[in-house]
Amino acid sequence: MSINPDLQGRSYPAAEVYDVGREKIREFATAVKANNPAHFDVEAAKALGHSDLVAPPTFAIIVAQRADAQLVQDPESGIDFSRVVHADQRFTHHRAIVAGDRLVAELHVDGVRAMGGGAMITTRSEISTEAGEKVATTTSSILVRGEGQ
Amino acid sequence: MSPTFEELKVGQEIGNRSIDVTRQDLVKYAGASGDFNPIHWNESFATSVELPGVIAHGMFTMGAAVQLVSDWAVDPAAVVDYQTRFTKPVLVTDTTGTHEAGAVIDVTGVVGALDADARTARIDLTVVAGGQKVLMKSQAVVKLS
Repeated sequence: MSINPDLQGRSYPAAEVYDVGREKIREFATAVKANNPAHFDVEAAKALGHSDLVAPPTFAIIVAQRADAQLVQDPESGIDFSRVVHADQRFTHHRAIVAGDRLVAELHVDGVRAMGGGAMITTRSEISTEAGEKVATTTSSILVRGEGQ
Repeated sequence: MSPTFEELKVGQEIGNRSIDVTRQDLVKYAGASGDFNPIHWNESFATSVELPGVIAHGMFTMGAAVQLVSDWAVDPAAVVDYQTRFTKPVLVTDTTGTHEAGAVIDVTGVVGALDADARTARIDLTVVAGGQKVLMKSQAVVKLS
C-alpha cells in the first residue's frame, strides 16, 4: 500500500488529555541519561523558579507521538509503522513543561512528498494546556521506506 | 552557575560528554517514551526490515545529547528550541550479561551563534557514534540571563 497524498493539509483535533506526572518526568529523564536535579528534586526545580519538576527538553515527544499515532493508525494513511524512519525533529518551547500540566496536542500534516517508492511526511503538533495556553510546538519528518529502501 | 550572555563567544566549546548505550537502555527508553517500534529492541525484526541490526531510537540520541546543554545552562527550561536531523542510525550491539557498552555516543557542544536582542545562544552539537556523525544540524537555542 502506498502513502495517501491527500494527507497533506489534514489535521487531527486534540484528543485525550496528557497528565504530566512527577514520576514520568523522572522516568523519562533517567531514560535519556539526564542528571539535572530540576528533573528529579522538586526543591531544586523550585529554586530555579519553577512550580514543580521540569520536563527534559525532548519530553514533549511523548505527547507529540501520541498525536502522530492518530495519523499512523488512520487506515486511510497507508503508513506501515515498521518501515518508518525518523528523519528530523524540532521542539520549540513557549514555556517549560512542568509536573501537573494537563496537555493536549493538535496534529497538522504539513507535507507529504514522494521519495522513491516511499514518502517523507512532515507533521506539526501544537501542544497547549487544556485551558488553551500555548506550551510547545513540535515538528517531525518521518520517512516511510518503500520496498528495497 | 548559569552562563551569562556577555561571557560567551562564537566558537567557544561548552564541553563534551561520552554516553554508553546498551540494549537495556533502549528498552528503558521505549518504556519511558511509549515508542515500542521493535527495530529498537528485536534483532530479527530489525534485520527483516533491512536494517543492519537493532538501532537506537533517534529520539534517544537526541534526548541524551542535549543533556550536555541542559547541565551547562543549569536550568533545563532555558533550552527554548532544539532541533536535529537524524542522518545515520546508531547501531547498538548486544552486550547483555557483560559490562560492555553496545554503542558509545560522543557529544561536543560549541557556541554557534549569539543573538544579543533575544539574549540567546545557539549551541551546535556534534554527535558521533561508530566514527560517523549520527545527528546533523543539531542545534539547541538557550535563553540566557
